[in-house]
Amino acid sequence: MSKYHKLIVTTALAATLAAPVYAGSYGLGRPALPEEVAAWNLDVSPDGTGLPAGSGSVLDGEEIFADQCASCHGDFAEGVGNWPKLAGGADTLDHEDPLKTVGSYWPYLSTTWDYVNRSMPFGNAQTLEVDEVYAIVAYILYSNDLVEEEFVLSQDNFLAVEMPNRDGFILDDRGETEYIIFNDTCMSDCKDSVEITMRALVLDVTPEETAAKAVSVEAAVVERVAVKETVALDPEMVAKGEKTFKKCKACHQVGEGAKNKSGPVLNGIVGAVAGQAEGFRYSKPMLAAAEGGLVWNEEELIAFLTKPKSYMKGTKMSFSGLKKEKDIAAVIAYLQSVSQ
Amino acid sequence: MSERSKENSPSRRQFLTGVAAAGAGAVAGTNARAASPDPLITEVQDWASSFGDGVDVTPYGLPIQFEQDVVRRNVEWLTADTISSINFTPIHALDGTITPQGCAFERHHSGAIELRKEDYRLMINGLVDQALVFTYEDLERFPRENHVYFCECAANTGMEWAGAQLNGAQFTHGMIHNMEYTGVSLRILLQEAGIKPEGKWVYVEGADASSNGRSIPLEKALDDVLVAFKANGEALRKEHGYPVRLVVPGWEGNMWIKWLRRIEVRDGPVESREETSKYTDNLANGIARKWTWVMDAKSIITSPSPQAPIKHGTGPLVITGLAWSGNGAITGVDVSINGGKTWVEARLAAPGQDKAMTRFYLDHNWDGSEMFLQARAKDATGYVQPTKTQLREVRGLNSIYHNNCIQTWWVKESGEAENVEVS
Repeated sequence: MSKYHKLIVTTALAATLAAPVYAGSYGLGRPALPEEVAAWNLDVSPDGTGLPAGSGSVLDGEEIFADQCASCHGDFAEGVGNWPKLAGGADTLDHEDPLKTVGSYWPYLSTTWDYVNRSMPFGNAQTLEVDEVYAIVAYILYSNDLVEEEFVLSQDNFLAVEMPNRDGFILDDRGETEYIIFNDTCMSDCKDSVEITMRALVLDVTPEETAAKAVSVEAAVVERVAVKETVALDPEMVAKGEKTFKKCKACHQVGEGAKNKSGPVLNGIVGAVAGQAEGFRYSKPMLAAAEGGLVWNEEELIAFLTKPKSYMKGTKMSFSGLKKEKDIAAVIAYLQSVSQ
Repeated sequence: MSERSKENSPSRRQFLTGVAAAGAGAVAGTNARAASPDPLITEVQDWASSFGDGVDVTPYGLPIQFEQDVVRRNVEWLTADTISSINFTPIHALDGTITPQGCAFERHHSGAIELRKEDYRLMINGLVDQALVFTYEDLERFPRENHVYFCECAANTGMEWAGAQLNGAQFTHGMIHNMEYTGVSLRILLQEAGIKPEGKWVYVEGADASSNGRSIPLEKALDDVLVAFKANGEALRKEHGYPVRLVVPGWEGNMWIKWLRRIEVRDGPVESREETSKYTDNLANGIARKWTWVMDAKSIITSPSPQAPIKHGTGPLVITGLAWSGNGAITGVDVSINGGKTWVEARLAAPGQDKAMTRFYLDHNWDGSEMFLQARAKDATGYVQPTKTQLREVRGLNSIYHNNCIQTWWVKESGEAENVEVS
């Protein structure tokens, strides 16, 4: 306990606040036990401080990554949909839309180790063994062409790994580059003309606002879905569905020559028995559902696509779901169209 | 927002209903004579005759049903999942400066967790004389302070870098809230543990699965940082870090650690994910700025705006908005109705406060012609909010964070407004 800790504060509150930094004490709290500090003090610094002893290979990492990480980050760390891409992007930082990955952007390897160890896998943080973290980090390095296939990462060679963008950062320089010139207080005759150069409505990416509209759209979709089985596919819906299906394309292929990726081929899926794509390794719950006779009729597909993980706990499909019923109906229409 | 969605919006319908009932003469902002007596006045209304709700009908009140469209909203395409995502404060529909907790934006990296006060622990460790653990009750026994501060996500307005994208002040500028915090100075807690001379930084982290750790220089930590447990007089909401969050005045919202569980005194920064791969600012030459903590002066006209069009025709019009600066108090706000050709000084509702929001008003007589509305904030350091062109000249086009450019709303003759970029 600090020697100051024993001081008794009585009337000298104001003096305490104004006093030097190291002089306060209210005698509150209790000493943290070494085991407690060890349990929470997990951060790893750029110089390797905090790194536990251990090691992991690229090859082990590849397997663990496929199980634990690939559903969001892709088998090759290339990222699925809107989930972060961890590999690629070398030499793109000064291009339009730079791709910022562990390999192209992150200045310190410690950051990757620390983050994987402390906060990943998403939704299941702090469950990886130390050697698994080393292996995953080794695999991410490999995915970025920074190490060879037989590489084994350990606490001993950790600092020897060179991060390509380690010198790519400068400290905040707004004081010199911006503050001295951002002082325009012109009040009149500040410019000759004002022309519109871009409009938000042209892009049309703003969420719709009204509950009333959502309800009417839902009703319309339900109606459409209900009648679709007896009528020909609405070409407009199919076209919309093809657009929406872009979200699915990172994992699913359809059409001629389609192959299983991180998700199964979806040819003929509407009306098909679940779990039948040849050569695809389904999750256990999906296999069980297939055995239980699950058929992907529209009702089941709508339920699954709305909230995959709630519909089927343990599904490999990491997608969070389509929130708009009209999108779901459109995707189903599209899937029907490519199966015809 | 499309024309049709506006037609369907509850506020629009209520407005139209109200107008019909009151008689068309009320539309213009003049002393027009009513064509016929207003039944809302001449007829005894239900509410003027029978009972309303008794007390206790709502032990904790929510806004009345007519305000149900004043809520946080998210932009689905921005993020892969709502668990690690953000939504936006409906600033277009609020007034004053204090943001109600219930509609103050949320930003989670691993979802909003439920952490009971009884289960709460705060550890201070690292380069201290004595590593300590505090309970929630311990924190309540330290001297307390109250301060109003804005909390702005560094990515606020980030989607507008490439051009006008989102059509509404809520979406372009709603990653911000402004609350009155009650808490304990971080300085006092650090003093309690005793900082060793080698201690130059603190690393702060949360109890949620993301931990969202950030490094803060000791100078700031000893200055005005608060360990807060109340906001706007009541307990923090779950989504804002109940029971305890860090308040880092004027600095980017990502550093305001929610569910604060640990403060480590260190000799250097951790260089965590959130302060290297994220919350750094890529310049045109591929080099990135880091440690860009301060949120520079910024303002936004909240009404009229795309979600808050002019519905009353010509005549008196209240143009209003918010201004704030992480470098100090707002000293003035200029408003332009012609896209920056000429400016007039707006009226501040109250003198600007340090690192807190300021409400401004321009009481305008609208002639019904189109306007290009802009606001420009000035702070106590002499800084003047820049245009997007000025920012791009320094930073290029690849930035995401710290976009504090002057925003333009194109208000059309119909009174509707659109987010545009102008020359």
